[in-house]
Order: sequence, then C-alpha cells, then structure tokens
Amino acid sequence: MNQEIKPLNILIKGLLLFALFNLVIAAWQPIVGQFSLYNVLYSGRERLPFGENPKQSYNLSLFDLDAMFASHVIAGTPKADDEFRVIIVGDSSVWGTLLKPEETLAGQLNADNLNACGKNVRAYNLGYPTISLTKDVMLLSYGMQYDPDLVIWMTTLDAFPLEKQTSTPLVANNEEKARELATSYQLRVEADDPNFEVKSFWDKTFIGNRRAWADFFRLQIYGVMWSATGIDQVYPSDYEKAQTDFEADDGYHDLTAPLTEDDLAINALEAGFNVVGETPMLLVNEPMLISSGANSDIRYNFFYPRWAYDDYREIMTAVSQQNGWTYVDLWDIVPANEFTNSAIHLTPVGENLLAEALTPYILENCK
Amino acid sequence: MALENILILAAASLLWAATFRNHGRTWFMLIASVVVIFWLQPALPIRGADFFTPIATLVLVILTWFITADDETRKQRKNIIILVVVAGVVLLLNLTRFLPASFQLLTASRPPQIETTLLIFFVTGLTLIVLSRLTRFSASFLTVGLVLTIGLFLTLKVPTLTYWTVYFLRSLSGQNVDASRITDFAWLGFSYVAFRLIHTIRDKQSGRFPSVDVGEFITYVIFFPAFTAGPIDRLERFIKDLRAPFAGLNLETFYPAGQRLLLGLFKKFVIADALALIALNDTNANQVTSTFWMWVIVYAYALQIYFDFSGYTDIALGIAQLLGIKLPENFASPYLKPNLTQFWNNWHMTLTQWFRAYFFNPITRWLRSWQKPMSIPMMILLTQVATMLLIGFWHGVTLNFTLWGLWHGLGLFIHNRWNDMTKAKAAAWATTPTKQAILNVSGILLTFHFVAILWIFFAISSPAISWQVILKLFGVN
Repeated sequence: MNQEIKPLNILIKGLLLFALFNLVIAAWQPIVGQFSLYNVLYSGRERLPFGENPKQSYNLSLFDLDAMFASHVIAGTPKADDEFRVIIVGDSSVWGTLLKPEETLAGQLNADNLNACGKNVRAYNLGYPTISLTKDVMLLSYGMQYDPDLVIWMTTLDAFPLEKQTSTPLVANNEEKARELATSYQLRVEADDPNFEVKSFWDKTFIGNRRAWADFFRLQIYGVMWSATGIDQVYPSDYEKAQTDFEADDGYHDLTAPLTEDDLAINALEAGFNVVGETPMLLVNEPMLISSGANSDIRYNFFYPRWAYDDYREIMTAVSQQNGWTYVDLWDIVPANEFTNSAIHLTPVGENLLAEALTPYILENCK
Repeated sequence: MALENILILAAASLLWAATFRNHGRTWFMLIASVVVIFWLQPALPIRGADFFTPIATLVLVILTWFITADDETRKQRKNIIILVVVAGVVLLLNLTRFLPASFQLLTASRPPQIETTLLIFFVTGLTLIVLSRLTRFSASFLTVGLVLTIGLFLTLKVPTLTYWTVYFLRSLSGQNVDASRITDFAWLGFSYVAFRLIHTIRDKQSGRFPSVDVGEFITYVIFFPAFTAGPIDRLERFIKDLRAPFAGLNLETFYPAGQRLLLGLFKKFVIADALALIALNDTNANQVTSTFWMWVIVYAYALQIYFDFSGYTDIALGIAQLLGIKLPENFASPYLKPNLTQFWNNWHMTLTQWFRAYFFNPITRWLRSWQKPMSIPMMILLTQVATMLLIGFWHGVTLNFTLWGLWHGLGLFIHNRWNDMTKAKAAAWATTPTKQAILNVSGILLTFHFVAILWIFFAISSPAISWQVILKLFGVN
C-alpha cells in the first residue's frame, strides 16, 4: 500500500472521466424536466414557476418548459368526468403579479364554483410574466396536452410588436420548440432570428449547462417551501403605483400612425388558433389602466399612446371577424384605482370584475 | 469557506505534498496559514479593519506564545527568523495595495497604508523586547493573557460590547459613528483561535505546555484547514504530527484524505446547501401554515446544521491529512445516539472535550473540595447547566443561545437522573435483542427530537418566535 502517488496521473484520469461524463450528457441530452417531485411528494404549483428572488419567493425562473409544466398542478390533476377544464394563458396580469394564487383570474373563477353544462368549471393559470404572443403560443401548445374544454387567451397590444416575439427569454431559450411550432402550426419564425440563444456543443455539456441543471434541482427543492407556505412570489408591503402622469410623447415601438396588421404579429394569433384546433378559445383584450393624469389625452397609460391602442382595437375586431374567432374586448372594464404597479396588473377587486365579465362567455362556450 | 477557497487550498496542499514532501512542509503550512487568514477574512465596512483584524490575530498569537514558552525556547534564534518571515508575508500582502485592484486577490479590500502596519510591528516588537528583558516571568502574565483573550471573546459575542467596539473603531477611522451596526465587525475564526489560546495558557498554568517555537505555535493556532470551523486540536497532539517525518503522498495517506475531502464537499455543498433552501429561519417560521410542514423545516434545519458542520470538518481533516496532519474527529454519528449524553459526546466533540477539560472537570473538582460538598444531583445539575450555558454563549451571548444552553443542560441532568433510576430496570427488561433494539431506537428517536426541537432556539433569533414554532409543531396555532 506504500505505492507512490503520481498527482499528474490522477489529475489526467480525473479530467478524462469528467470530460467523458460531459460528452455523454451533451450527446444524450436527457430530458430530466419531465421528472418532478411536484404532484408526487408535494402539491403542484398554481402557476408556472417564475421569480427573481428565489430565497424569498420560493420560486425561480427557468427555461425548461417540461420542468415548468411538470411542477404545475395541472400536470398532476387527472381530468374528472364532471370537470369543465379551462386554461388561461397570457402575461403577468394572468400569472398574477402581487396577487396570491386565489386572487388571480383563475383563482377567482375557481372560487365562483361555476357550473357549465352540468360540469364544474376548473380554471388553470398558465400565464407567464413576459409579454409576447409567441411565448403564449408556446405555453398554449404545452397546455393543450392537458385536454382543456376551453382556452382563454388574455392579451394586450404590447404582446404584438414583431420585435417582441422571440426576444422574451422563455422563447429565446427554446428555439427548438419555436421551430416545431413554425412547422406544425405555421408560426412565423425567421430562419436567422438573432434573438435565439444558439446552444453550442459546449453549452449542452453538464458544465456548460450547469445553470439549467441547478435551476431544475432548485425548483424541486423549493417545492417544499411552496407547499409549506403557499408563497410563490414576494408580496411587498408597499410598492410604487402604476404611472398616471406622462410626458407629451405619443411614440410606440418606432411605429407610425396608423397602425396596420403588418406592424403586428397577427400570425402568432393564427398559430395559436391552429394549436387549439377544435377546442373553443376566447381571445380577450385584457383590461388596462386608463389614466386621467398629465397628458392622458395623448397616452392611455405607460404602455400605449391613444392612437396606437385605438388602431389596435379596430384591427383586432376586424381580424377576429374575418377569422371567426370569439373575441372579447374588455379593455376598459376595470377602473383606474384597481390597478397595482403596472397598467395591466389588477388588484383582487379588479380581477374579480374581470372574472365576472368573463363568466358569461365561459358558460356560453361549453358543450 | 467558499468552494473555490477550498479547492484552491486542497490543490495547493496536494501539490506541495506531492512535489516537496517533507521539504519545507512546516514553512509551507505556516506561510499558507498566515496568508489564508487574510484571504478568508470577509470585507468589513470599517476602514482597514479587514486587514488589521488578521494582524491582530497574529499579534495575539505571538504574544500568547511569548508568555507561555519557556525561557530556553523563547531565546532560540530561529524564532526571530520565523517572526521576520511572518512579518515579511504580512508586509507583502500590505504592499499589494499598490497593485491594480484586480490583482488584490488575497485581501478582502485594498490594504491600508503601510505605515500603520509598520507601527503595529514596532509596538509588538517593542513589547516583546520589554517582556524579554524581564528576568523572571510572572504567572500574572498568563492571567492577564487569559483575561484579555476572554475579554476579546466577550467583545465579539455580546451584542452591546460588539456595538461599542464598532463605534470605537469607526470613530478611530474617522467614519460616521451613527452608522455603527454590530454586523460591521466580524473577526474570522476568532472563536476557535480564542479557545486554542485559552487551552495553551491553561496548560501552561498547569505545567503541561510543550516546548514549541513560535512558528509551530502560530501554525497550530491558525492552521488553515481548521481555521474557520475547527476542529479544536490540542497543541501537544498537533505538534507530534507536525514534527513527525512526512514521507509525502502515498496510497495510505492519499485515499483516506481524498475520500474525506470529497465526502466533506458533498456534505457541505450538495446536501447542506440544498437543505439550507428549506431549513427553518426567522422568515419562514412565520410563513409555514401547517404542523406537518413545520416539522419538515425543523428536520431540514437539524440535518442542514449537521451536514454543514460535519462537512466542513471532513474538508478540514482531508486537507490536513494531505499534509500529514491528522486532526481530531469532531462528529461521530451524533443523531444516531440513544441519549443526550452520548449525543454530546459525539457532536462537536473537540468543543465538548475542551469544555470538559477546562470548565466542567475543574469546577466539579472545586465543588467536591468544599468542606460541606453539595449533594451529587445538585452538583450535576449545576455543572451541566453551567457548561451548556457556556457552550451556548460560545455561539453568541443572546437570549436564544442562553435558552438553548439551559435546556440542554437540564436535558443532560434529567438524563443522568433518569439513567440512574431506570438503569437496572431497563437492563432487567431488555433481555432479548428485540427489546434492546426497541430501547435503542426509542432512545435515538427521543434524543433526536429533543435536539431538533432545541435547534429552533439556534435557528431563530427571538424567544417569542421560537415558542410559536414549538407550539405549531404540536398543533397549537
């Protein structure tokens, strides 16, 4: 046993083994995201994982769609015979920034115990806090595997600009999925879109992809705290209210009046309807803050100058009629004082108003 | 220590041991230890404090050696050479202030003006010269050293004293004193340094202090693998390893050392850090909604603190072993012990052994020496509660650590009495292996839960919240 150690040999052997392990991972690309402790050891999340302060919110942002959906309660809830399953996609207003799960649109609809065609309405929150129609289509395509009876797609003008479609991180880091949607559902994705994070072979190795691996494991671990506390975001006791006074600026994404269909990603809407197929879908223009502060004659709110938003509403109505889509324009149903830190984030009361406004459409669309 | 610190230290130790074997090993350990106390010291908002704190550690260690070493050892010429080398290393670190910021890798912030460091050297040197001119060393020096070390220890552990220290240091450096916070001052590794110094002073007082040169003494006190999280070795044992010839790395030393190091890294950076995400703390104590999940996060804390601490110990033992030093064990499956006494014999063993040697045993002997000694149970109650209270204070002089120590002391006393009363009955009942296993498993479960519940006082900063957590554990909201 008194054999001399040759550190260089050990180092070389160790490095070779580690390199081999990385090569196997890069070549194999195991789909670990589908394995989840959620819905097995602890309850699934009421909304998709998203969070910038994991230690406080017990939640984190990641780009692995499999892992995100596997952690959602919908993945662990078999559809009952008497369930009328509704999935809701959209941006942070659907996800529920500053709202507890039960205060979101999905939460409020569930609290209402609606009965549609003799079935119990159960709504699932598949919103995600970035604004992009392409991101919504991507989530919708995942959501469809859970056999919804109705889809509610909440959207707003800021999800439509062409340059926003693939720049949102969730899309930018899922190029393969975006291209699948392009092939299967005619979603327009440029061949040389620079927004996509191109993964080199190195990025696919264990060490190159270590962030994604760590995120996956942290998501599983934070499931304990989600189950223990019901907390999945930071709820600050105070926050800055949405802006109501503006500069005299009517600019919107370098676009000029009048807004036309060509300025907007209408194709993504078409792709979304292709994704849902025969399943009924409500396309909803979500409520927004209508300001009465300085220069509110020029801008409705922080996001939109009046000209752009008015043109957008006209386009949406026309396009929906042309395509036979069920389109609901609820842009002005929530008073300005029922918004929180953004022109699209509602208070619980605002969400309740929205839920009440949507209820008749849900009941109409059951079979 | 962060992962990168550990990997660098392990790699440096491995390379040294493999390349140079016994040549200059003690010099490597000395210089590496000196550099590491600067390198690991966290940045402090008080100007220059993160550089002067490690210097203060060195000065304190050198002065302690000076008052504890015998005349003959003290006068050896090699001590001067060692002190010059140590001072040279510190000066080189200080001179990195003239390098671009991206090259100042070994200090938490830009080192201060070199004049202050030179002044400290001058005052320390002068003190050593004055002390060396004294014809006879008085035992009172040792008492002064002891009081000074304990005083410094209290300054860091009593929040009010820490606050006033920060206040003083801020005024000394011309900074805003109103911004003083107790978190402004953190003296890395001082808890362990203090215990090693107290151990050597007490051993000197009792005539058991071995003859060591200043380099050996510094290496012992600030030995880099064990500097931040122990274990607390004994000088005479450490010196034996330090002086033993080191044949370099071979399978017999490398495999156990490597295994220990990897095990420690896994325990600390995989298990403990993962458990830390769900372990009990001040915030989640108020957020958890059910009894079941409260138990889960309390268990998570109990396991996290074990894997974190024992992981660090494994790392320290592994790195030290690469250099031919076999540090003492600190943990021996403490959560699998069937009673509280055995738990404390196997949890942070070097700390409990320290307290046994320097507090519990002397105070027990003293109480027994009374002309009218108190009853044995009363003596056990007093000594065990006092010992556990002191262990609590070692972690911090706060109400929660006091309660933690008090309950552990009472637990040890109750176990002692219970054991006395039921030992014979238990032996008579547990006549079959099954019955013995039942007794053993029940003991393990009971002890683990007692310890886990008391960790609540450790994890939480206020007694009120701790109490709420305990109530929630038992379904009372």
